[in-house]
Amino acid sequence: MSVATRMKKTFKTLFFYKSALAGSMILLLIIGFAVYTVVTYPYDLAIKHWRAGEKIWLDNPRYALPEWITLFTGGNPPRTIILTTTAESRNVKKIIVPISENMSYVRIDMSFNYEYDDYPSEINIFFNASFKELNPRLDIIWIKPDGENITLKSKVLNREDRYYISADLETKNLLAKKVQEKFGLNETPYILPERYLFSPLDKSVLDPNAVNVLKGVYTLRITGYLYENASNVDVKLVVYGKVYGWAGTDNLRRPISIAIMWGTPIALSFGVIAAVTIGLIQMIIAAISAWYGGFIDDLIQRITDINLILPFFPILLMISIFYKFNIWVLLVIVIALSIFGTGVKNYRALFLQLRESPYVEAALSYGASNLRIIFRYLVPKILPLIIPSIVLSVADFVFLEAALAVLGLGDPAAPTWGKVINDALEDGALYKGLYYWVLEPAALLVLTAIAFSLIGFTLEKIFNPRLREM
Amino acid sequence: MRVPPYIKYLGKRFIMIGITLIIAVYLTILIANMGGYVDEIIKSDLLFTISTAIRQNPAYKGLPEEQIQKLINATYYNELKRLGFDKPFIYRSFEYLRRALTLDLGRSLYITSNTGSRFVRTIILERLPVTVLLFTTTNVLLFFIGLFGGLYLSRKYGATIDKIAVSLAPLSSIPGWFYGVFLIIIFASYLHLLPYGGIVDAPPPEDPLSYALSVLKHMILPVTSWLIAYSAIGIYVRRTFFLMFSSEDYVEVAKAKGLPEKLIERRYILRPTLPPIITDFSLTLIASWMGAIVTETIFNWSGIGLLFYDAAMRFDAPVVIGLVVIYAYLLAITIIILDIIYVIVDPRIRLGAM
Repeated sequence: MSVATRMKKTFKTLFFYKSALAGSMILLLIIGFAVYTVVTYPYDLAIKHWRAGEKIWLDNPRYALPEWITLFTGGNPPRTIILTTTAESRNVKKIIVPISENMSYVRIDMSFNYEYDDYPSEINIFFNASFKELNPRLDIIWIKPDGENITLKSKVLNREDRYYISADLETKNLLAKKVQEKFGLNETPYILPERYLFSPLDKSVLDPNAVNVLKGVYTLRITGYLYENASNVDVKLVVYGKVYGWAGTDNLRRPISIAIMWGTPIALSFGVIAAVTIGLIQMIIAAISAWYGGFIDDLIQRITDINLILPFFPILLMISIFYKFNIWVLLVIVIALSIFGTGVKNYRALFLQLRESPYVEAALSYGASNLRIIFRYLVPKILPLIIPSIVLSVADFVFLEAALAVLGLGDPAAPTWGKVINDALEDGALYKGLYYWVLEPAALLVLTAIAFSLIGFTLEKIFNPRLREM
Repeated sequence: MRVPPYIKYLGKRFIMIGITLIIAVYLTILIANMGGYVDEIIKSDLLFTISTAIRQNPAYKGLPEEQIQKLINATYYNELKRLGFDKPFIYRSFEYLRRALTLDLGRSLYITSNTGSRFVRTIILERLPVTVLLFTTTNVLLFFIGLFGGLYLSRKYGATIDKIAVSLAPLSSIPGWFYGVFLIIIFASYLHLLPYGGIVDAPPPEDPLSYALSVLKHMILPVTSWLIAYSAIGIYVRRTFFLMFSSEDYVEVAKAKGLPEKLIERRYILRPTLPPIITDFSLTLIASWMGAIVTETIFNWSGIGLLFYDAAMRFDAPVVIGLVVIYAYLLAITIIILDIIYVIVDPRIRLGAM
């Protein structure tokens, strides 16, 4: 049988098994996703985005759910609204009227239509003022669709200033006082600013679980005075939503999609390189050990014994704590620690049986060299028996990397699935109920593992005829 | 006098395993001390502590700088000598090896036991029961599930239940700790039925019965996560194993002779498969001794695994070495005992055929 027909037959049997078909489909999807990531999103850029911290993601909501969550929950969750005076927009009006030689009056109106079913997660205003000595002074006014009109704060601006409405204690107290007066309460109630600012002023404001959003057009009005001729002020309003992109954001406002995307090629290459290299090297070592026998065999077997008596994962853990490798050095260490693993013993037993075969004796008798016998006569015969276990072990190595990352010992720079789970667990995502943060990388890990193991189990049946009958 | 071949065989094995053990332990010592680098950390730490202590001591305030420096150096060298750091690392590494091999585990650098002891032995003995309780229980459960499930399925070969069990095998490509995360989400975070982790409620219940119940409650999730992860593959491997043995010629002969099913199963299938099963079982037990670092971290189960993690994180070499040494010893002893059992069970070895 020629190689081509044999391969054809193998593939035919492979697809005969539905599970292998399902596995291959999943694997193809994952590979496609990995290729798409590598092609469209350069690694340098991804690393830059991933490690930038909060700086470049300041306009993103924190802990935002993925947008497709509405498929399950329904409704219209708030999305992030950004209005700025630096860009032309119908909804932003900025006028500066000179009222004396140096002084001018400024008024900025920022309006937006709020039709969402929930409160925003945060509201921030960022200011950018230019002046020489005299700081501008501004009043910040919130105008609700029902006409209520609240002066939130009077502010003397610095050059780069910000006003975190949701976190500002003064504002919180001011709004709570307003509610207290309105309903004649004895105690000051606890009211989140974004709740007050987006609710009709009725009793529902007092219930921390009620969601009663006043829909309509809101306006943020900023009025004040600039005390210098060349003075100017630019404002950016960010009303943070509760959903973002297709993967959501984490505690640092980063889109989780970065790590989900780049985690794919990293996990695939880590798993596949580790599994294939270790499998092949173990096989070659076993072949040498079995073929040469004597001192070489003894030496290899003793090295394997020493390696097996050391606990693999604890040693790997210790090495990665001490040296804090990046992920590719880690890969080399994993390979180095594994090449004298159990596989060497198992494969050697197979080779020992094979060594006595007549065709090997024939090869010896016509003077084939040792290397020729090992690589042309022994290895090809054993290879099919080893391929299933190589495929099956890919998932182990993918999870090995994830396990190290979950312990906080992975490559700190690399955006991997395990790192996302580690971030989530460290931030207490399971306690806070932020399941999406764990479940997204987890789902991909599961898919990858299942794909390889479905294919691996089928290959095992194909290449081990004894198993096929069973 | 002629030495029987099996004694020769066993003697050779003992020596080999002994040498293996020594080299493995020495390698661990080298790794755990980062080839002597940990020494440098400890030394600079020591120098810093001593010099701050002396410089801040009001009694030495008036002394000239020269004197103070001299004092610091003298104290530092005394302290080095006390700790045995005055000799080069390579010399001390063999001293460590000697102590490790004689199980003189010494004192930890930073980690203390709950009772405040610094003795590595006390620290390990305190954590050991916790790990044994969780992981030995789990592994014994898994072993018997695999054994009986496999035996049952090998009888039902080809039936629907067999096909279902086989198709579940890929579940085991996902490790136990990973199922643990899912179980925590479902049962702890979402349903609030079971605890997130830990060993016992805080504060621990007073009377022994409710204490035991509380521990059991905390064991449910980690045990279940491992059962989900490793039952399917255990059953699959055993089933295939039994099927292979039950297609041997001598089994066919026994069937042809009309021997009862039970007898065939016990004498013709189980008997020859016993050695590999015993090996598997004993090696699993030993491996369970090290606990599972990731599972213990996820469930905050402060056993040996977490101890190892803490010790490695804090460069506490004596604890790390102690754990690995005990593990290596147990493994080596198990292998030797298995060898002896094989000599008894397998006539080929006894007669010197191997």
